[in-house]
Amino acid sequence: MIAILKKIASAIITIVVVSCLVFIAFSVIPGDPAVAKLGTQATPEKLEALRIKMGLNEPLLKRFVLWLSGIVRGDFSTSYSYSMSVNSLIAEKIPVTLILALYSLIIMIVISIPVAVFAARHKGDVIERTVTIINQVIMSIPPFFGGILISLVFGMTLKLFTPGAYVSYSKNLGAFLAYMFFPALALALPKAAMAVSLLYTSIVDELKKDYVRTAYSRGNSTKGVFYNHILKNACIPVITFLGMAIADMIAGSIVIEQVFSIPGLGRILLTSIQNRDYPVVEAIIVIIAALVILSNLLVDIMYRVIDPRVGRSNE
Amino acid sequence: MNKGKKNINLILGLILAGIAIIPALVGIFWTPYSTEAMDVSLKLSAPDMRHLLGCDNYGRDILSRLMAGSKITLIIGIGTVFFGCSIGTMVGALTGYYGGLIDNVLMRVNDVLFSFPSILLAMVFVSLTGAGNLQLVIALGIAFIPSYARVVRAEFIRNKNMDYVMAARLAGASNLRIIFVHILPNTIKVLVSSILIGFNNAVLAEAGLSFLGIGVKPPEASLGSMLSDAQTYLFSRPSMVVYPGVALILMILGIALISKEIK
Amino acid sequence: MSLLQVKDLNIEFHDHIIPETVVYDFDLEIDQGEIVGLVGESGSGKSMSAMAIAGLLSRHDMTKRGSIIFDGTDMLNCSRDKLRSIQGDTLSVVFQEPMTSLDPLKKIGYQVGESMMLHRPDISPEDRKKRVIEVMSHVDLDEPEKLYDMYPHELSGGMRQRVMIAAAMAITPKLLIADEPTTALDVTIQAEVIELLKHINRKHNTSILFISHDLSLVRSLCDRVLVMQQGRIVESGSTKQVFEHPAMEYTKKLISSIPKVEIDDTDC
Repeated sequence: MIAILKKIASAIITIVVVSCLVFIAFSVIPGDPAVAKLGTQATPEKLEALRIKMGLNEPLLKRFVLWLSGIVRGDFSTSYSYSMSVNSLIAEKIPVTLILALYSLIIMIVISIPVAVFAARHKGDVIERTVTIINQVIMSIPPFFGGILISLVFGMTLKLFTPGAYVSYSKNLGAFLAYMFFPALALALPKAAMAVSLLYTSIVDELKKDYVRTAYSRGNSTKGVFYNHILKNACIPVITFLGMAIADMIAGSIVIEQVFSIPGLGRILLTSIQNRDYPVVEAIIVIIAALVILSNLLVDIMYRVIDPRVGRSNE
Repeated sequence: MNKGKKNINLILGLILAGIAIIPALVGIFWTPYSTEAMDVSLKLSAPDMRHLLGCDNYGRDILSRLMAGSKITLIIGIGTVFFGCSIGTMVGALTGYYGGLIDNVLMRVNDVLFSFPSILLAMVFVSLTGAGNLQLVIALGIAFIPSYARVVRAEFIRNKNMDYVMAARLAGASNLRIIFVHILPNTIKVLVSSILIGFNNAVLAEAGLSFLGIGVKPPEASLGSMLSDAQTYLFSRPSMVVYPGVALILMILGIALISKEIK
Repeated sequence: MSLLQVKDLNIEFHDHIIPETVVYDFDLEIDQGEIVGLVGESGSGKSMSAMAIAGLLSRHDMTKRGSIIFDGTDMLNCSRDKLRSIQGDTLSVVFQEPMTSLDPLKKIGYQVGESMMLHRPDISPEDRKKRVIEVMSHVDLDEPEKLYDMYPHELSGGMRQRVMIAAAMAITPKLLIADEPTTALDVTIQAEVIELLKHINRKHNTSILFISHDLSLVRSLCDRVLVMQQGRIVESGSTKQVFEHPAMEYTKKLISSIPKVEIDDTDC
């Protein structure tokens, strides 16, 4: 329990540190947001007035404290290019990206476990080799190209969905989830291939362990040994991968959103980077960082729950 | 049989990577046509004897752009690996060898950066520095420092108490000499495989950023931006998507197979 | 008829180009309640023979000739289902490495009760728990209620081996195969485990096939001894006879390598 509390504290500290770094990075870069907003033709008076309005003339430390306290209250200040709060700009988009990432995580798990088990049960024969080859190829497909191929095959040729016909979750949840399946698949496939090869190797390693023989000696069937003993043990090395996979999926969704015209965090992050709309960029980076850190924390806790050998000694 | 399978993977990897990389190398010196010359009359024209892969939506020769795009991808990939690996190796070597407070602090920073997806990190840096090839190399290079630092640090911690290091120390070798002359050569084997994997990740990240329009600046060709252009014509000219995509896959798959065998 | 009857057992491996025979013409009989020792150096084929008897050799990559009749069942030719109904029920095994032979992610209670769960499905979980705790206290595990919910890594080596024995004894088998059960343990704990095996034998009339390269342990525990060398049984007889009048040079060498310590063999 203490170990988990420590992890939570460390995660919170990390989020704060990342926020600081992000703020500092965006404050010291050359370029004047006021000029960016009004254009180089603007009069000095107008620029000055805008700077005061945007709070740019305040000392750095004060601006930082204001910004950070805003974040703690859940207020990410105001966008430069749209005259509205960052909150209202991104609030609706967070669930889109989050659902996309979660969706692909689920698809990854649903695909990878049976395939790895199947391959491990056919170790040494054609099926295993075929799986290995397909795996290696899928791992080499960049997710956005995978996305394009999926829209080509499933969208345009098989007409299973219409690329670009995104439906908001607030309008029709069913249609939203149906549309999101293919982007999530594109995001999940390369990670699923990695998970399959990890889990497969792990299962093959576990098969050689002594406890497997013990389980057989008690009269377990092959299936019983496999599902009651081996699978759980084999999943442990894969859990660490899960943390990385979630982080990559959140980041990857930014790219996939672009392929499937999904208005999530990725879309607005890109336009904001191009417009140098720093408050929005900062907010999204901090949010994504927090999501990544939190998912790593969850994975860590899960690891402790599943493997009794981890972290019990410090309790 | 195992040995034979190994060689097959290695040969296959070299062939696949070769198919992708040789046109890129040729592209450094020569392309059939200018990569930026537009000819509206050739817009989206089908492959023929003069334009082997046809022309794109601006009437530019796709083969030429493919060669140039692979070249840029290759250069940025190598540059990123060089940048990230040299700094990462330094950081890993010093922290691993000396340990202590610097190690703790740097490794914590490293862990945070490592858990952060590299493409996102690169996006942050690109938005700070602006687009451009050099900026891209620096941004991606920084994003990949942690992965090298980790590997090298682990190797240094493993090696620093080994007998041969002790012997060198007793013989009066300085710390720097031990780090660079004695231990570093022993990390090469592990480093080579992470360099190959790092190259692949850099290629993926570059293609991703260019696809998003914040990588290589148009009109310069890059595999990522070619894919992004081609996506608009997915229905009318699916082949436009296939060429750069397959080029990317060949390069990544080839290098992955090679790295698998080197491990 | 004896409980276990092994005749002309030959085991041949096929995982190399030339088949390799590892056990030749192995004969063994064990009566109900008897403790038989199987000794030999590592690689002499003693564990291989024992695993064949327990039905734990994989059916790929090797051929087994001869016959193994256990409790009226032909172990080499019966169906897998039949084999499984014997394994863990009338025939149990205790392995050498108690750490790696226990599943690291399953609680002790589950592992001790597993064969009961598989072979006596009519016993309710509550009853099973009660019986598991009882078996655990019979093998001298302190605080069995507490141990029930613990994991293997939280136990010492000796405790783990007791857990293995408890698991093997959970539904009182007719034959217990103990494959080097003490090799991984400290000397004092070795003696305790040997005492425990003697106790089990006396109390439940369970036959034991005890495999070891440690002759002093075999001498203090077993009624009869078989000596194996390079896949063949080179000598067999009552413990007294083999130890006092070894016929083979090899056996003499093995015996002379025992450290000269007074062994309490009143039980033999």
